[in-house]
Amino acid sequence: MAAAQRHPDPAFRQRIVTGIVCLLLLWPMLVYSEFKPWILFDAQSLKSTGAFLAEFFTPAHDVEFLKMVLDQTWVTVAIATCGLALAMLGAIPATLLVTERLSISMLGTNRMRLPARALRQVVRVILILLRSVPELVWALLFVRIVGLGPTAGVIAIALTYCGMLGKVYAEILESSDAHASDSLLVNGSSRLAALLYGALPESAAELISYTVYRWECAIRGSAVMGFVGAGGLGQRMDESIKNMAGSEVSTMLIVFVLLVALADLVSTWLRKDLV
Amino acid sequence: MAATYRLDQLTVHHLATKAGGAAALHALDLVIEQGEQLALIGPSGAGKTTLLATLACAHQPTSGQFELLGVDPWALTQAERHALRSRLFLAPQTPPLPPRQRVVTTVLAARLPRWSLWHALSSLFKPAEPQAAFDALSRFGLGDKLYARVDRLSGGERQRCGLARVLLSNAESFLVDEPLSALDPTLSQLTLTALQQEAAARNATLVCSLHQVDMARANFSRIVGLRAGRIVFDAPREQVTDAMIAALYLNESMDAPMPAFHDSPARLAVGACL
Repeated sequence: MAAAQRHPDPAFRQRIVTGIVCLLLLWPMLVYSEFKPWILFDAQSLKSTGAFLAEFFTPAHDVEFLKMVLDQTWVTVAIATCGLALAMLGAIPATLLVTERLSISMLGTNRMRLPARALRQVVRVILILLRSVPELVWALLFVRIVGLGPTAGVIAIALTYCGMLGKVYAEILESSDAHASDSLLVNGSSRLAALLYGALPESAAELISYTVYRWECAIRGSAVMGFVGAGGLGQRMDESIKNMAGSEVSTMLIVFVLLVALADLVSTWLRKDLV
Repeated sequence: MAATYRLDQLTVHHLATKAGGAAALHALDLVIEQGEQLALIGPSGAGKTTLLATLACAHQPTSGQFELLGVDPWALTQAERHALRSRLFLAPQTPPLPPRQRVVTTVLAARLPRWSLWHALSSLFKPAEPQAAFDALSRFGLGDKLYARVDRLSGGERQRCGLARVLLSNAESFLVDEPLSALDPTLSQLTLTALQQEAAARNATLVCSLHQVDMARANFSRIVGLRAGRIVFDAPREQVTDAMIAALYLNESMDAPMPAFHDSPARLAVGACL
């Protein structure tokens, strides 16, 4: 009789249902977002794209302009770096509060005590609030409060990125192997010691590469925020676009490509050192 | 002499099972004196690891009395219980070593309960007590691996590296889970001897789960046989007969019918089994 017994996979039906539900949810999203890629290829669009590209092939390169670009590039990098550093200052403590790893109260019981759970939820909601407001909106707000210039950009990046870093840091920690840090906790280490000796060595490379990637995003973000007056290269680009100076825009875009490539290089170099 | 452990009708459930599920350990009675060394044997799934985790305060019992070093740890506050944990050392079967860490750092991590955070940080920069780490590693024949990275070690070296931590802790009770599973016979004897000597030298209690019945009988004066979450025998080694061992490991699944339904967790993630 044993041969007649069937062994149905208990997860199979759930997978099928989840797949269908995801498809059903995605379809209206495509319709409502008016996703019509073929518009890109009608005659008028192609013509204006061609004219635009022709302008781009002669980037502005007079010395005065390049000096200004270099100066503003430095401002952009500074905005991104300061903003990210401030964001980390908030995100690292928030990560420690939010992550379900390294919980001493869960040791042996698998339950978190009520005050700890409440605190976690409060910090989680704060992180959601911080990152759900786009950095552009924060920038607009702070340009009103502290005036035009890089300060608004730094504060905007710090607030939004604090929310993102806190969430993703916590998730990176939670998805890494818990064996090392759990074992340290069971043998009486404090939370922070278990983090330093157990959790960080497991996920340092992921944490660093995500942080460098966010720095790259912050550079791009500071460009966008320049358009609303938050300083840096973006503000100059806004002026150039308004003056229809395509060659100047081209130069500045090249600088952005170089900055992103630099971020990529730094990330690779740091990871190679660690992995 | 005070008892390190006093278990009375102790029942333990797995953390994941809901109320009313099958218990992992059933009504255990066990008294272990301070400085005593005992081997825990039994077939896979008998509950050896769960028992060790319970003894390490890493697993809360469901019912019964549990007394550790004279107190009930689960009646204490969380901070007091955590302080108590630093007086025990649980060495899991798979060595809990981060692959990217250096051996010296990973071994010195056993000192963390005694170190301030500042000291822990500075030891990441420059190892605080490399000599102590070297001495502990040498006892397991690993002195030359002091500054190697953990992922460069073989499976057996990692296992001994995890055990070297025991020597650097100031635990009064060593709870060691399958310390010999990745070692050849010669290294097995060396490793077990190092653990037993250290336990004897500091009058620490040693509870060691073993799959190698011969090693258990040759090295431990007290043998506890565990099967299906119950203590089958708890006797001095002279009284443990081959028949008792055979009965302990007798394969019960041969004559028992296969369960019709597969035991699966209540909630399954979509990709859980991919």
